[in-house]
Parts: sequence; C-alpha cells; structure tokens
Amino acid sequence: MSDKPRLAVFKFASCDGCQLSLLDAEDHLLAVAEAVEIANFAEASRDITPGPYDVSLVEGSITTPHDAERIREVRRDSKFLVTIGACATAGGIQALRNWKDVRDFTSYVYANPQYIETLSTSTPVKNHVEVDFELRGCPISKEQLIEVVSALLHGRRPNIPSFSVCVECKRRGTPCVMVAQGIPCLGPITQAGCNGLCPAYERGCFGCFGPMESVNAASLTGKWMEMGVKSSDVVRALRTYNAYAEPFREASDAIAATE
Amino acid sequence: MPSPPQSEPRTINVDYLARVEGEGSMKVVVRDGTIEEVEFGIFEPPRYFEAFLRGRRFFEAPDITARICGICPVAYQMSSAHAMEMAAGVTVDGMLRELRRLLYCGEWIESHVLHVFMLHAPDFLGYESAIHMAADHRELVEMALRMKKAGNRLVQVLGGREIHPINVKLGGFYSVPSRADLQSLVEELEWCRDAAIKSVGVVAGLPTPQIEMDFEFVSLRHPSEYPFNEGRIVSSKGLDIDISEWNDYFREEHVERSNALQGWLKSGGAYHVGPLARYANNYELLSPLARKAAEDAGIGPVVNNPFQSIVVRAVETVFAIEEALRIIDAYEAPKVASVPVIPKAGIGHGATEAPRGLLYHRYEIDSEGLIVEAQIVPPTAQNQPTIESDLRAVLEANLELSDDDLQWRLEQSIRNYDPCISCATHFLRLDIDRG
Repeated sequence: MSDKPRLAVFKFASCDGCQLSLLDAEDHLLAVAEAVEIANFAEASRDITPGPYDVSLVEGSITTPHDAERIREVRRDSKFLVTIGACATAGGIQALRNWKDVRDFTSYVYANPQYIETLSTSTPVKNHVEVDFELRGCPISKEQLIEVVSALLHGRRPNIPSFSVCVECKRRGTPCVMVAQGIPCLGPITQAGCNGLCPAYERGCFGCFGPMESVNAASLTGKWMEMGVKSSDVVRALRTYNAYAEPFREASDAIAATE
Repeated sequence: MPSPPQSEPRTINVDYLARVEGEGSMKVVVRDGTIEEVEFGIFEPPRYFEAFLRGRRFFEAPDITARICGICPVAYQMSSAHAMEMAAGVTVDGMLRELRRLLYCGEWIESHVLHVFMLHAPDFLGYESAIHMAADHRELVEMALRMKKAGNRLVQVLGGREIHPINVKLGGFYSVPSRADLQSLVEELEWCRDAAIKSVGVVAGLPTPQIEMDFEFVSLRHPSEYPFNEGRIVSSKGLDIDISEWNDYFREEHVERSNALQGWLKSGGAYHVGPLARYANNYELLSPLARKAAEDAGIGPVVNNPFQSIVVRAVETVFAIEEALRIIDAYEAPKVASVPVIPKAGIGHGATEAPRGLLYHRYEIDSEGLIVEAQIVPPTAQNQPTIESDLRAVLEANLELSDDDLQWRLEQSIRNYDPCISCATHFLRLDIDRG
C-alpha cells in the first residue's frame, strides 16, 4: 500500500454521470491517479481495496433499506465524505416519488411488485450521515470536482461559488433570456456552476445546480406567472433534478397548495 | 436412505462487478463438471422513470430521460424526441437531422473509446484498470483519452455539455452552431480518425478468447445510412418491422432465479443488440475507411465471437469520426434551430442506436401534451438472456482455468456487452435475497 491519500468512489441510486465526470477529466485523470491512490472505484477498476479512505466521493440518493445501511459504512470508512451531484445532495429526479405513493409507482413499472425492496422516499445523503462537502449539479462540473479533491487533499476549503447563475450570464456576456426574450428562466434562484450554460444556448435555466443561497423563490415564480406560465408548469419546473432540495420543495408545495 | 455423497460445488461469486456502468453481480455454480447455476444479477435500485414521466409535459422527456444514463444521455434524448415528434406528426429533416446524427457521432466516439480502452482492453492484457495499464502502456492510454476528449468536445459544442446535454429540443435544437464552430473541431477529428484506425489494429491484435455463438442480431437498418436515429428494426434471422410494431414482436419475461426482466423475441429466442448487431446488419453501409479498417483487422462482415466486440467498437469509432467529418464538411447553419412541434393526442415510438444497442421508447400523450403512458426498453435489458447464455458457453469452454482466471474471463465476457445497468434497472425486476 502506498502512502498516497486514498480516494474512493461510491454509487447509490443515480445515472453514473457524476462519477463519469472523473473519467471525463481527460486532461487530469492520469495526474489524479498519480497524486492519489484510487483505492475503490468500481466503475474504473476491479482492484477494490477496503477502507479507511481519505476522500470518498458519493454519487446517488438513498432509496433502499440496504443503501441506508451501506451509506453508514461508507461514512465510517471515510475521513472526508463528499457528495457529488443532485441525487446525492438533493435526492435527484427519483425524489419525485416523495410526492406519490411509491407502491403505485412500483406496480406501474414492475410486474411483480412484491419483489421490490425500496424505501418510500429518495433522500439526500445528508439526511442519513454527516457530509463534509456537497458538490451540486446534474451533472457536476468536472472542474469543480477537481477543485474539491485537490482542496481537500491540501487541507484548504474548496473554492466553489454559491451565487446564482445570473452572475455567470453577466460574466459571460449573455443577454438575459427572461428580460430580452421572455423565456422563463430559473437562473435567478439557481446556484452557479454550469457557467450560465442554458441561456448561452438561448434556453432558460432549468435548475441543474439546485437552489442558491438565500433564495427568494416566490418572487421569481410570481414573475413567471405574470409572464403567463401556468401554475402547474411552475410546479413542474421546480420539481426536476433538485425537486426535494428544501427551497425548491417549499416553493413548489406552496404553489401546488393553491391549485 | 442418505443420498449419495456429492462433491463440494465450485462457486464463483462476484458481488460487485467492476468496470461496468451501474451495480451488477455474477454467480455461477458448477458441481462435478456440470453447470448448475449461471446468473448475471442486478441490484441497482429502481428509479421509476416510466412512473413519474406520467403527467409531465411531452417536451420534458428528452431532458428527464437523459438522467437514466450519464454515459449515453444522447441516446435517451434522441429516442424520446423522435417518439414525441412522431406522436405530434412532425418530421425533422435537412441540416437539423444531420446535426442530430452529428451529436450521436460524438456520443458513440466518447462512449466507445471509454469502453474499449478504459473498461475493456485491461481485461485482454491482464490489468485491473486502464490506470494500471497506463503504467506500461502510457502512450496508448493517452491516445485513448485524447480520442475520448474529442468525442466529448463534439457533444459539448453541439449539446452544451458532454453529460446531460442541454441543447436537444423537440423539433431540433435550442440553438445551432455556426459553420465556424464546427470547423474548429475538424483538425482534432482528423487526428482522431488516424488514431482510431490505428486503434482498430491494436485491439485486433489483443489476445482474444475464441468462441463462436449463434446470435440473432437485432438493430436498426436504413436503406442508405449506417443507422443512428432512423430505420426499420431488422434481425439477422429475417425480422423486418416498423418501429411502431415493437410490442407485437418483442416481450419481457420473468425467469425463475433471474433478477431481471429479460428481453425476448416473441417468436422464441434470445437476441443480441449493440455494435456486433449493427455491424452484421449494416456492414455494407460502413464508411470506406471503417470498412477497410475492419478488413485489415481480418474480421469478416459478421462477427460471432462476442470477445471481438471490442474490435467492432473500434471500427464503429472510425465510422463515427468519418461521419462527423462528412457532416461538418457539408454543414451550413440552418435558418431555424427547430421546427414547431404542437402536441396532439396520440402515440409515438422512438428507436435509435445507443452505443450499446437499440433503445426503444413509446409514449402516449394527450391533446395538452401531457404524458399519459411511457415505456422504455434499454439495450442492456434486452441483452440479459444473451449475456447469460454467453456466460454458460464461456464457462463450459474454460472449466480448466483456476477460479481466479475463470472469474476474470467471465467478467470479461459480461463486459463484451458494455452493460449499462443504470439504464436497465429503471425497469428491471429486482429480487434481492438478503438471506
């Protein structure tokens, strides 16, 4: 065993996209592999070694009794536990079950519902164990991932902005799609991290990075409705990949209650 | 009467398969030289996509279904977009159709190169991972990373980002690239084309287990193109149907002791989707350099050894790069980024070729454009019975290997399919025996 810091990657309910970001960091991958010992990363290697780990990256939400137990083991084995992506930090798109009866979902999708072992909710990792850092995004930004890993390994706080997508649009020089084109946009309440991507493609932000700090969601959703968006569509817009993140959840529940 | 003494069974149990996308397991039991049990298991938790798609707007399907798979999001966007457009009676053609092919080229390049070099090649050379392999074959891994990056770059320019692109819209795109945007990719893609041709030779030269299977290959076939988004569904044994006839010819079945709903032809057999199937059904439509690379590698127009799928993936990578260069060369930015898609009540089907095989979607929408029913059939679910029959054949042919070597060989044969378990599981039956 080397004396390099030990990195592990764990998957729960998810699409694999966030951990793929590590393999997609083509320019950094071999350098990362030299700086750390990749001790447990099943998607990339069959050389899986037991903990303890210095940094564990956790992708995915908790949706089964088994996974609720497994995340505790991951916590026990990890010095730093970093959640990566909307599933791990907010429950993901699969948290839409949290508003429904999961038994109905099961019988719609599966012919033998009695075989399905699942929790009634999809919840973020922080609802189950203490989390040292949360990296947002659906998917995460690979630059932010490299930043978080190198910051933790060097004992400094990761430099990840908590302001809104609007700031990124201004920096990028993208004219506001909501003001200039009347396109509904979640940018004002969504945390930065994508570099103002959707507005640069003439599309409204749809909230991949989840709620920014100190959100005024009611102000934005009121504006959307003034622009003619139906309240049911505002609810849908808030209930996607970060639906169960508290500020989005409260905002969508408040509007849904008036319908 | 006590039963006659039995020898201890030889059991190989892999609780967590590595170098596949998602959470899968494998178990085989052999007693006295007889195979008692072969199981490719799935313990990925269900995520219920079909269930929560009901009541969503039809135009949300491309973004939502992309989240089924972080490795092939474009495939989900394409199958769902085409299904919704069919339901609405809209056809996307001209340059917008070409741009969709181009986006798919990018996904094939990045996904195939990822699988060939990062996930599969280490098996052939006896390395635990591509990172271990890089210690001895640094140049090869660097070449692969550069090719993968070029595929990702293509998806990024056209789709906005490589994982869960944001630019696909019903009717086309939110915004289309300029000719100059795409021209900026050409030099690197030309480098990649040469690298991809070279890599066909490299993977064809890997020590390859020999086994011949009798596959029924199922894929799209189009009269004039190697298929991405459009064509009839055909098989190497005579099936030839419109995509809307899917449910008349294919079924899913629960098999005793199996963890998954498995895809079968209603006529009876297991079938094979993915690069080997596309290649066998469309060989004459490969681009000239891709076909020459296949000829130089010594593989014929039909490959029945699943361990040679790595060569066919490399050939398809050459094709995808050539096709991307062809599209970019002829590209002029269209006047509109999308055509209008007005919802009307109806049913739409989408079948496109994900890197790992045919991906079928079916939706019913109402007159307001709300989704009423959703059905998604991913490639790995379809390949399950074939993966298990391959495991059985590989096991039979390799019983003399030590447990460690046999386990590795069996894992390698699962990886022949580039399985995408996250994709498969949102509809697979889960049966976890936690004893």
